[in-house]
Amino acid sequence: MNNQVKAIVLTGYGTNCENEMAYACRLGGAEQVDIVHISELIYGDYSLDDYHFLNLPGGFLDGDDLGAGQAGAHRMKYATIKNSGEKMQDQLIRFVREGKLILGVCNGFQLMVKMGLLPGLDKQYDLRTVSLTYNDSSRFEDRWADLLVNKKSSCVFTTGLNHLYYPIRHGEGKFVTQDNATLQRIQDNNLVVLRYAHPETLEPTMEYPYNPNGSPNAIAGICDPSGRLFGLMPHPEAFLHRTNHPRWTREKLPEEGQGIALFRNGIDFIREHLL
Amino acid sequence: MLSRIQVGLKPTFTDSFGNQTLKKIQADLGLKIHSVRTIKVFTVEADISAKQMKEAAGGPFSDPVTQDYSLGPLALDWKLDFDWLIEVGFRPGVTDNEGRTAAQALELLIGRKLNREEAVYTSVQYLISGSIDAEDCENIARKSLANELIQRFTIINNDDFVKAGGLKPFAAKVMDESQARMMEIDLDVSDDELMRISKEGVLALTLDEMKFIRSYLAKPEIIAQRKELGLSEKVADVELEALAQTWSEHCKHKIFSGNIDYEDLDKGTREQVSDLFGSCIQQPTRDIRAKMGENDWCLSVFKDNAGVIRFDDNWNVVFKVETHNSPSALDPYGGALTGIVGVNRDPFGTGMGAKLICNTNMFCFATPFYDKEIPARLLHPKRIFEGVREGVEHGGNKSGIPTVNGSLYFDDRYAGKPLVFCGTVGIMPKEIGGKPSENKIALPGDLIVMTGGRIGKDGIHGATFSSEELNENSPATAVQIGDPITQKKMFDCLLKARDMGLYRCITDNGAGGLSSSVGEMGEFTNGFELHLDRAPLKYAGLQPWEIFLSEAQERMTLAVSAETIDEFMALCEKMDVEATILGTFTDTGKFHCLYDGKTVAFLDMDFVYKALPPMEMQAKWQQKNFAEPALPESPVLGEELKTLLGRLNICSKEYVVRQYDHEVQGGSVVKPLTGVKNDGPSDAAVIRPVLDSFDGLVISQGVCPRYSDIDTYHMVACAMDEAIRNAICVGGSMEVMAGLDNFCWCDPIQSEKTPDGHYKLAQLVRANRALAHYARAYGVPCISGKDSMKNDYMMAGTKISIPPTLLFSVIAKIDDVRLAVTMDAKQAGDLVYILGTTYAELGASEYAIQHGATGNSVPHVRENESLPRYHALEQAMKQDLVASCHDCSDGGLGVALAETAFSGGLGLEFNLSKIPAHDIDREDVLLFSESQSRFVVTVAPDKAGDFEKTMADTGWAKIGKITAEPIMNGIGFSGKTVLSEPLAELKEAWQQTLDF
Repeated sequence: MNNQVKAIVLTGYGTNCENEMAYACRLGGAEQVDIVHISELIYGDYSLDDYHFLNLPGGFLDGDDLGAGQAGAHRMKYATIKNSGEKMQDQLIRFVREGKLILGVCNGFQLMVKMGLLPGLDKQYDLRTVSLTYNDSSRFEDRWADLLVNKKSSCVFTTGLNHLYYPIRHGEGKFVTQDNATLQRIQDNNLVVLRYAHPETLEPTMEYPYNPNGSPNAIAGICDPSGRLFGLMPHPEAFLHRTNHPRWTREKLPEEGQGIALFRNGIDFIREHLL
Repeated sequence: MLSRIQVGLKPTFTDSFGNQTLKKIQADLGLKIHSVRTIKVFTVEADISAKQMKEAAGGPFSDPVTQDYSLGPLALDWKLDFDWLIEVGFRPGVTDNEGRTAAQALELLIGRKLNREEAVYTSVQYLISGSIDAEDCENIARKSLANELIQRFTIINNDDFVKAGGLKPFAAKVMDESQARMMEIDLDVSDDELMRISKEGVLALTLDEMKFIRSYLAKPEIIAQRKELGLSEKVADVELEALAQTWSEHCKHKIFSGNIDYEDLDKGTREQVSDLFGSCIQQPTRDIRAKMGENDWCLSVFKDNAGVIRFDDNWNVVFKVETHNSPSALDPYGGALTGIVGVNRDPFGTGMGAKLICNTNMFCFATPFYDKEIPARLLHPKRIFEGVREGVEHGGNKSGIPTVNGSLYFDDRYAGKPLVFCGTVGIMPKEIGGKPSENKIALPGDLIVMTGGRIGKDGIHGATFSSEELNENSPATAVQIGDPITQKKMFDCLLKARDMGLYRCITDNGAGGLSSSVGEMGEFTNGFELHLDRAPLKYAGLQPWEIFLSEAQERMTLAVSAETIDEFMALCEKMDVEATILGTFTDTGKFHCLYDGKTVAFLDMDFVYKALPPMEMQAKWQQKNFAEPALPESPVLGEELKTLLGRLNICSKEYVVRQYDHEVQGGSVVKPLTGVKNDGPSDAAVIRPVLDSFDGLVISQGVCPRYSDIDTYHMVACAMDEAIRNAICVGGSMEVMAGLDNFCWCDPIQSEKTPDGHYKLAQLVRANRALAHYARAYGVPCISGKDSMKNDYMMAGTKISIPPTLLFSVIAKIDDVRLAVTMDAKQAGDLVYILGTTYAELGASEYAIQHGATGNSVPHVRENESLPRYHALEQAMKQDLVASCHDCSDGGLGVALAETAFSGGLGLEFNLSKIPAHDIDREDVLLFSESQSRFVVTVAPDKAGDFEKTMADTGWAKIGKITAEPIMNGIGFSGKTVLSEPLAELKEAWQQTLDF
């Protein structure tokens, strides 16, 4: 590869945030951004090997019919590349082992945990130990949430960031673990990257609606121990310009939306470490 | 082999779906139950091994972190304590989206496609604890958990369940052994017999129409042609059904195109009105376009599935609004879901095909707190509300289309038929393959290709059914359930095909299914030859006419040339989209269907589409007189205002709005909720459809059915004015502003069933005249629309008719979204202005109804006053002079001022005697009159001079200012404070009504 950062944005089967995710990659500085349909990966028209940065956007894979991201994860596990016969999953694990970056937003985050890519404890990237389940309200909700960044996290996407404000748009965003020990390890290893925060104190909160889904410890996003795989329920790609902010007509805001910072961090990291 | 996989959240996890069900049962039925737990059941009918079953159960069908699964009864495995178990599953043939996804997951797992006998069916078990009996369970099942039209349920108590070791598996499989065969119907019979055929067949054909078909078939040359192809002089069922649907009111709009003898009894005049659609809707648009000359931005109006206008130098936008009322009455969830994914296909099937960028909706229901007896076959309005809300949520959210704008309107006359308006905007490149994207044409020899879903008996007779009132024989098959994911997959694929130039023409399959889509596209070439046996079916047993008429969802019909067909089919295969070649477009002038090579329909295209004579109708207008409301002698304005704020047509709709994704696609600029706490009511939506441009679109709507009681002319005028001023509120430009008219009427044809048909038709004439007048006056052309004319309920002597309703939707441009304005007060010290004069117009207002009567002084729209104001305000916004702007509508100034203040979290003080008014001597009338064309505007003090100069003499006044103290304070005519209300209380009154 030359010195260009190459991002791939996966779409198809119900994904629906691919365009703004791709736009965010461009604004974040990626030189090449391709929106690729899962079928095109399976037909071998495109390969993850040609990219540094995999984006898994929000949406409703297979309508979230068997649970959010569940059928989508199953497809990734069983799909075989048509021309080479390689398992899709093997291509993906290779991508991870090469130290490349994956960002999963909302349904993309759900897909990551259901494929076992996160939390990636003990470098296991196909083991399901955490999940995202129904909001305590049992409703899909679209509302903006204050988010507190864990400064101790090794997440490469949130370097230098502190407080973020993004919309959440989901019905299944409550983060759960198979047992308390897993939750403890995730916290002890600082894999929790984002927490829902109270707008006044900016402290992590369990109070609805500031914690919109009842996630324990207000968890909104986690990364793997390498900090290169990151999944979050809130939508950074929905805040690319100040006019996306719900109160832009009454607050003085910088022209650039807060969502771009995450993408820029990831892309800068690639430029520094992977090129 | 039939076996079950049961999946449930581990008992250590909160079952929020179960809890929600518990709350619903407690609230709606008042039953004493204390817990509900749910289990999902997959009934698998497939030839697979026990090992594979286990793999499926532990793999795609369950989440190892949160769920347990069992191949036996999970409820027993858990040893849970429960009293009753109710299992709810679909009836055979009803779309089961989750079952379809489960089947696809199973196919991946076992490495082969399921055959036609194999499938996965889903159902849900509710494990209920509480001191209730079997009868209570029946009630819960019927009124809360299941809709028997589409679902079946089983009730079993704990003891029996344990003894039996669970429930036996049941597959909701369509069992139909009938052979496909075409039937012929003899029309050479008595008039009574003709009408019996029409009625029993749900054909909705009139006697004249039946006779018209008979005389066509009796022509010697027709008999000879048909004989050659093996048809007799009788009519084939495929033909009769196709004619019935093509000529249905739903498709042919006979009332809008017919001749009306209009008598004004008040004036003593009588005149002939012909073709309301042509004269009152199309002609004003033509006139406005002619006036715009070279700047005409209308590109394709009234001829395609949706209207097309120019957005900028590179893009065109497409807008369509549809209704889906009758199905939503029967199955609110499925009806509304189908409504939204159905209207999605209209812009998608317009021109060469548009990408969908936002949805809008408008629902009219009876009060959710309805406590009278529910007439037979109707559902409780709250169930309809909830079902429709959820259907639109799933349809919109899962399709990845933001719901940017919407509203609800309540009137108990919608108990018989709710109205469910769904709209979709699309965008397409100005040119596709070097040609204008708004145009398309099929050529003789092009192949007829159907893509997307398969055909079942879904929605058969939907079009003819919509053309009748809801009655006890309304067919269950009229209900469809949409599948947003199958449609999304198809759209992803077809957009690629469009850009690769792989098809020539596209249209959607909506009402009438193939008979409509193939027939209409066949008009390009003047004929088609369609092989019905080649269509992919969901299950066996469909008759040829059913295949032709089925309204099974998620299907597009395309014309593909022989040169590109292979590439087209390969793309569909790759993207996992089913595509089938069904025949050929021809230039033979014939509407020709075959089944297994044998002709089953052979009609002249001209006969089907052009020969039907216009309908002759009568209308008589006489102004009705209503009692005036008994207004209190000395009203307590604060209390009146609080009561108004809590009224259903004024209160916060946040409960609904929050559950719709309103910002997917990244272009959200003005959201439906706004203000300091993100919960104030926006007047209109602003979106930025092209992310690297600041050009924006404004979407708004207006509706005021209650004014119809007094005069539909003013109802339409006010609905249009409301939609237009809502668009202006956020910064929409009148330079590029188009409208869509959606009429929902009650049957306006005089008959035994409708003794007041003459009056209702006169209401329709007057409504159309207002539409024509104000479209011209404002220079806002209609670019598309729709009518739904039979919104009545009739059973066992009870008739409920909706109030005549026009939804006017507006799409406008805003040149720079950074200049958009929201409705919330911004800063203490800002000045408060009222733009527009208040008249004593309480007729059919919320305040009048609050005081028990309709009254007669319905608001009028005075375009000579409003138009200069609108233009001036647009200029003021372009100069960034306006801090906030809010529309005055239901509840008048009082409500608009309160909303402005509490949305901004700021107080407001104002002087009533400064409000520009005409002939008003009561403070309550001034505050709550619903005069049109008015705004509440706030302006920063340093911009006040420029603002006032820009508004010039357009009728405005400065009435007060925004304050830091959160109180709404009004000085009355006497100079004393007459209103002093803490904003928190006003806001609470506004928020609590629909806080479900």
